[in-house]
Amino acid sequence: MPILQPIGRTVLAFLETVGRLSLFTAISTSHCMRPPFYPRLLLRQMVEIGYYSLPVVGLTAIFTGMVLALQSYTGFARFSAESAIPNVVIVSITRELGPVLAGLMVAGRVGASMAAEIGTMRVTEQIDALDTLATNPFKYLVAPRLLAGVTMLPILVLTADIIGVFGGYLVSIFKLGFNPSLYIKNTWDFMEALDVISGLVKASVFGFLITLMGCYHGYNSKGGAQGVGTATTNAVVSASVLILSSNYLITELFFAR
Amino acid sequence: MTPGPSNEGDPNEGPPNQASPAESASRGGPQSPKIRIRDLYKSFGTKHVLSGMDLDVGAGESVVVIGGSGSGKSVTLKCVLGLLQPEEGSIQVDGEEVVGLGGESLELVRRKFGMLFQNAALFDSLTVWQNVAFGLIQGQGMARRQAREIAFDRLTAVGLEAEVGNMWPAELSGGMRKRVGLARAIATSPDIIFFDEPTTGLDPIMGDVIDELIVKCVRELGATALSITHDMASARKISDRIAMLYDGRIIWAGPTAEIDRSNNPYVDQFIHGRAEGPIASMVNA
Ligand SMILES: Nc1ncnc2c1ncn2[C@@H]1O[C@H](COP(=O)(O)OP(=O)(O)OP(=O)(O)O)[C@@H](O)[C@H]1O
Ligand SMILES: [Mg+2]
Repeated sequence: MPILQPIGRTVLAFLETVGRLSLFTAISTSHCMRPPFYPRLLLRQMVEIGYYSLPVVGLTAIFTGMVLALQSYTGFARFSAESAIPNVVIVSITRELGPVLAGLMVAGRVGASMAAEIGTMRVTEQIDALDTLATNPFKYLVAPRLLAGVTMLPILVLTADIIGVFGGYLVSIFKLGFNPSLYIKNTWDFMEALDVISGLVKASVFGFLITLMGCYHGYNSKGGAQGVGTATTNAVVSASVLILSSNYLITELFFAR
Repeated sequence: MTPGPSNEGDPNEGPPNQASPAESASRGGPQSPKIRIRDLYKSFGTKHVLSGMDLDVGAGESVVVIGGSGSGKSVTLKCVLGLLQPEEGSIQVDGEEVVGLGGESLELVRRKFGMLFQNAALFDSLTVWQNVAFGLIQGQGMARRQAREIAFDRLTAVGLEAEVGNMWPAELSGGMRKRVGLARAIATSPDIIFFDEPTTGLDPIMGDVIDELIVKCVRELGATALSITHDMASARKISDRIAMLYDGRIIWAGPTAEIDRSNNPYVDQFIHGRAEGPIASMVNA
């Protein structure tokens, strides 16, 4: 059957990828829990992910908060419901936009650079050299990145939440003529612990997915500069897709009634 | 060059890279070679690189493998180190089977080895001295200060000045990288050292210095060496025995002095670098 052949081949390739990815995930997480740990490397990755992503995440957050206030105003003014703006801003930012946008930005920044770095190490035999020097690449390369991703993303997202709400505040006060203390009071009243917590849980999961994809595609890259390029693209695309789909799942878990 | 402390700061591990003769004898019998490769098969897709390769390397011996470009010399070394998995065959190191080994036990076997990669494979996120000290710090848990001293010693031994130690691999020339790779391979004073084309890309004088260094490692430190080279002068100088890899098999192996009397047309053609001969006809076919 010539029609079934390509279908079968695609299914098999898919299953193989799923199997390899699961194995990679299992090995990586198990190395995150067992010594030896590399505190220096962990610190370096935490700075790389947490600190150096601040500008891009902050910019994304502030403009998102600003545009959110502006757009809700256009919509709500028709029903004289402008007072709901602080509510819309805080809920959207903490629940969805903060974690998702920060996750996507970090996927582009950190996921890509991880895939490129580890991929280059693979094609220039540096990973083989690590192995021969009796150092486990999962422990030395993958574990610090995963741990840094899982811990740093929530901190980034918390910062993004604050900056995003501040963006909404700026537009509301200086452009839409809101009363500053009333806006802050409303924001505070509408803020729910569960909204913030769900956002931080999402952030942690996204941090895991971003770094996992960066490491997985880098580790399995082959064939020189072109292979590293493909790995980088795949890392960003797969991380983005996983972020958006897992975002739905986590939202469902937290808020579905 | 001093034999580096092998197991300081790692008391539970025992001396991983200085297996005593008694120990290897007890495990592999008194005559058993350090490395014993039998009937090794390795292919990539439909390309058969090794097909039934046999090779023995005795303890304290220096063996050179020669053979055409792409004949599978580097692949052989990677199979022994467990970086590539052969389809078939057996590789024993000190009498211990390494094919199919994984995890901790493979890591223990690897501690016996030092490897100079063909392209040096230096870690470009670390400075030169950190590269050289890597096996001491990460593998043996040595203090950084002490490892740094040994690293600078080794750099001197391969003819590099102290300033180079604080440079980054990207700032080095090809020959310098090769020598840093060599310093890294010998830094832990391993029991078995693999040199993949140690003198390629070096000037003739430095090539000779490196050859002497390899001889010294073998004679003075009692290491076992398996090297790959295309340079016959260097091969004659560093080897006790030479083996020629052709068509996935060792087609000739013998003491270095006998290579000119091998009566093997392939070997003759290779060592004299002639375009005419049985190998050329295969290449053109
Ligand atoms: N990872 C790999 N994937 C696919 N093919 C490979 C791989 N590594 C090596 N090969 C193939 O195996 C063959 C032997 O390669 P190897 O690197 O061992 O050659 P070599 O004998 O070391 O040659 P040279 O003297 O040029 O270094 C080559 O034809 C190469 O194409
Ligand atoms: Mg080679």
